[in-house]
Amino acid sequence: MLQMTKLKKSFGNNEVLKGVNLKIEAGSVLVIIGPSGSGKTTLLRCMNLLEQPTEGTLQLLHYTLDFTGNKKPDKQTVLDIRKNTGMVFQSYNLFPHRTVLENIMEGPVIVQKKRVAEAKARAQQLLAKVGLADKADAYPHQLSGGQQQRVGIARAVAMEPKLLLFDEPTSALDPELVGEVLKVMRELASEGMTMAVVTHEMKFAYEVADKVIFMDNGVVVEEGTPQQVLQNPTNERTKAFLSRIEEQ
Amino acid sequence: MSDQTIRLWDIFIDSFLPLLKAGVLYTIPLSLISFVLGCIVALLTALARLSENKILSSVARFYVWLIRGTPLLVQLYIIFYGLPRVGLIIDPFPAAIIGFTLNVGAYNSEIVRAAILSISKGQWEAGFSLGMTKLQTLRRIVLPQATRVAVPPLSNSFISLVKDTSLAFAITVTEMFQKANQLTAYYYEPLLLYSEAALIYLIFSTVLSQLQAKLERRFDRFTAR
Ligand SMILES: Nc1ncnc2c1ncn2[C@@H]1O[C@H](COP(=O)(O)OP(=O)(O)O)[C@@H](O)[C@H]1O
Ligand SMILES: [Mg+2]
Repeated sequence: MLQMTKLKKSFGNNEVLKGVNLKIEAGSVLVIIGPSGSGKTTLLRCMNLLEQPTEGTLQLLHYTLDFTGNKKPDKQTVLDIRKNTGMVFQSYNLFPHRTVLENIMEGPVIVQKKRVAEAKARAQQLLAKVGLADKADAYPHQLSGGQQQRVGIARAVAMEPKLLLFDEPTSALDPELVGEVLKVMRELASEGMTMAVVTHEMKFAYEVADKVIFMDNGVVVEEGTPQQVLQNPTNERTKAFLSRIEEQ
Repeated sequence: MSDQTIRLWDIFIDSFLPLLKAGVLYTIPLSLISFVLGCIVALLTALARLSENKILSSVARFYVWLIRGTPLLVQLYIIFYGLPRVGLIIDPFPAAIIGFTLNVGAYNSEIVRAAILSISKGQWEAGFSLGMTKLQTLRRIVLPQATRVAVPPLSNSFISLVKDTSLAFAITVTEMFQKANQLTAYYYEPLLLYSEAALIYLIFSTVLSQLQAKLERRFDRFTAR
């Protein structure tokens, strides 16, 4: 589904990704863990080209993008990749001027040019799926954080993405609301959605991930199955990070 | 009632319709047309200033600098009295429209730019990650929210413009203030007639403020309290 080779990203002189090699198989769930500032968000944003990598290659869908020498992919390719990847943000980023239903219909109607009636029916289905059928006409500010994030997921899923990216989807939530969001993500995983998830929810990572990578300082320090990385880490930095997480 | 009071009252009544007529025929159209055109200029200027194209943003910055740094009256004089020297003769009313449009366009562009910048980067990124283009995201996501932010300052700007159109008298447009001048020359009652003109300006501004409040309430349905 996705493959990165020696991918680098710099902001000015600050090299944030220092040559990442990574593969995501179709239908699998990748969990990315690591300390704050290690480049997890940047890595995720390189996958849908919200950030433009500065070196290396990215294979995604049927595209092979070569960024060597800061080469830029053409606009049409960027749009096509974004149409086919969804993103769920830590701060939800719902459209506050649109109802819940309109938030979910926006992509299908404006980008995919679907008929409104069709998009609406699908949006209602998705809302029911994330347990918010009764909130269709509410505005985002009328919802709890957990509800907003479930709408955020429905909005992304409505585009029928080939790859769904999650950037700490539960980090902004009160603890009692985390479960309802993780439940929706588990369901998606079990339906075979290909997912890349940045999270600190170790139980979720352990149970849902097919592969876990630990990032530190812009490099993938350790990767493997959840059992390998979370229970028998070999790298000292991974061990230190996991013991810090456990203390919390 | 003394004869003098009756005389003043008569002048007030006799002048009211001519003043109102000048307001309705000139002040209001001048304000409305210039403001609508000025908002279009403002949006284009704001987008030019925010664009990554260095030339576009420099041109926009130059225009705003030029207009904001010079008096409106001087701008009107250049357009109406100055341009004929290079063969460009413009009638008073269109000259006023051009002057006010350019003026209000520059000021409003700063309002629009600030409003667009006030919308979080996350909103743009949410649009982009659905596969929307820049233009689609601007039109569907950012501008509707920026409009809400811009309504109060734009309303202020409009009310200012209504009053500023009185300067059009200087390029021979018989808007409301010019009408008051003419009536004063006839009746020799400056206090009464200028106060009467002020009263009508006040009525216009008050109506506009109420419209603003209505507009803001309409937008409030989607804002958190
Ligand atoms: N747009 C940006 N401009 C400049 N520096 C950035 C930008 N985004 C991220 N960074 C820097 O990149 C580093 C990694 O950030 P990030 O990918 O957000 O890490 P994480 O998600 O693991 O906390 C940080 O040092 C951050 O300051
Ligand atoms: Mg992050």
